Amino acid sequence: MSSADFLVHGLIKAFELIFSLNPYILSITGVSIKVSGTATILAALTAIPLSFALAFLNFRGKQAVITLINTGMGLPPVFVGLFIFVMLVPAGPLGFADIIFTPSAMILAQYILVTPIITGISLSAIKAVPKSIIETVYTLGGSRKDAIIAALSEARFGIITAILAGLGRALSEVGAILIVGGNIAETGSIGGIGEGLSKTRTLTTAITSETSKGGDFSTPIALGIILITLNLSVNLLANYFQRRD
Amino acid sequence: MVFGEKEVLKDINLQIMRGEIFALVGPSGSGKTTFLRLLNFFERPEKGNLEFNGMETSGIINIRRRMSLLFQTPAIFNKSVFENVAYGLKVRGIDKKTIEKKVSEALDIVGLSGLGNQKARTLSGGEAQRMAFARAIVYDPEILLLDEPTANLDPANVMKIEEIIKRIRKERETTILLATHNIPQVRRIADRVGILINGELIEVNTKNAIFKNPGDNRSEAFLKGEMIY
Repeated sequence: MSSADFLVHGLIKAFELIFSLNPYILSITGVSIKVSGTATILAALTAIPLSFALAFLNFRGKQAVITLINTGMGLPPVFVGLFIFVMLVPAGPLGFADIIFTPSAMILAQYILVTPIITGISLSAIKAVPKSIIETVYTLGGSRKDAIIAALSEARFGIITAILAGLGRALSEVGAILIVGGNIAETGSIGGIGEGLSKTRTLTTAITSETSKGGDFSTPIALGIILITLNLSVNLLANYFQRRD
Repeated sequence: MVFGEKEVLKDINLQIMRGEIFALVGPSGSGKTTFLRLLNFFERPEKGNLEFNGMETSGIINIRRRMSLLFQTPAIFNKSVFENVAYGLKVRGIDKKTIEKKVSEALDIVGLSGLGNQKARTLSGGEAQRMAFARAIVYDPEILLLDEPTANLDPANVMKIEEIIKRIRKERETTILLATHNIPQVRRIADRVGILINGELIEVNTKNAIFKNPGDNRSEAFLKGEMIY
């Protein structure tokens, strides 16, 4: 088989796997969306109020929090994975929670990775709201609460972009969830590929394990196509909101 | 009023009468904007006090809600013209029907009827300033503070804004404090004039008196356009 045939054969089989709705592939995609989606929602619920507090309130240690967030935006995922792993193993301080190698541990790791990203980008969007907008709220008789609502409204597309950036990061992240999730699937094989249904196996972690098996690359190619399609969709959405801003 | 080491406003003592158009004139950087911001509580004086209807001002939001400050360059909310104009009424908890009626009246006064549904940020400069005017008068403020409201406008829009100022004063008896360095505009619409130079209110008088017989050399030089600054 020539190298071109090898690639074409892999691609054709990959599309067959996707369009036949192979349960192994579907379960991996489901875990990815569930883990990254939940982590992003929880991170947004923390990050948006935090970014408003940083933009509107003066409190001791504010600069330290901003420095922490800026550092957090570039945190190496494997470091976060290691940190959460050490915390969650049975002998660790949070071992009693008994969530290591579960989607909950993966959500926690991605929450820590994504929260600073959404906070940092949201904070920039809120700070970009002209001071004159806030002063106009006050001069028209608005309260501080009205000013915050106006800032939220003016920065809304920037905040949506921040959430989508966080989701994109979570979906493509591999290091942290590989360590705390363990890339686990049920034993057995479905449709002649992979193993059983995914427990903590995501698109990214499955690509690493399926690629390292060698031989037939159609499964990791199929997973890669889905991952890229998801990321592309998130980015297209982010572009749409950036254009509307 | 001190910013850093610079004294921006010096011992200003001024009474504005109900229902008058008072023009505060002076060169750029003389402190006009700072004075308006002081009256609208964006700045606090180091000493002295502000009185409103003879009462010391306290409870900022209650007093602030009885006036309105129009900035030189209006800040426009990323919403429709209607929602921009309705803003001051909404934050006061006014009912929807009254809001619709008052917004419609305000848009009519500024000549923007029919543009309510348009995105406000698509308006031209003159239209945007007139929309900001509608937004500032929609809740019938007792005092209207105008900071160079026509500085960036073409002559046609300048005339429209001046007509609006005169109409509001006539129909609503709104007290208007106009900060400007546009001397012909002062001649056209002001009742009384105060001249502010380098943070000092050097003269206050009726328009006719101040143009006929300025009481200070600096006033005379500024009003004749001979002041070099």
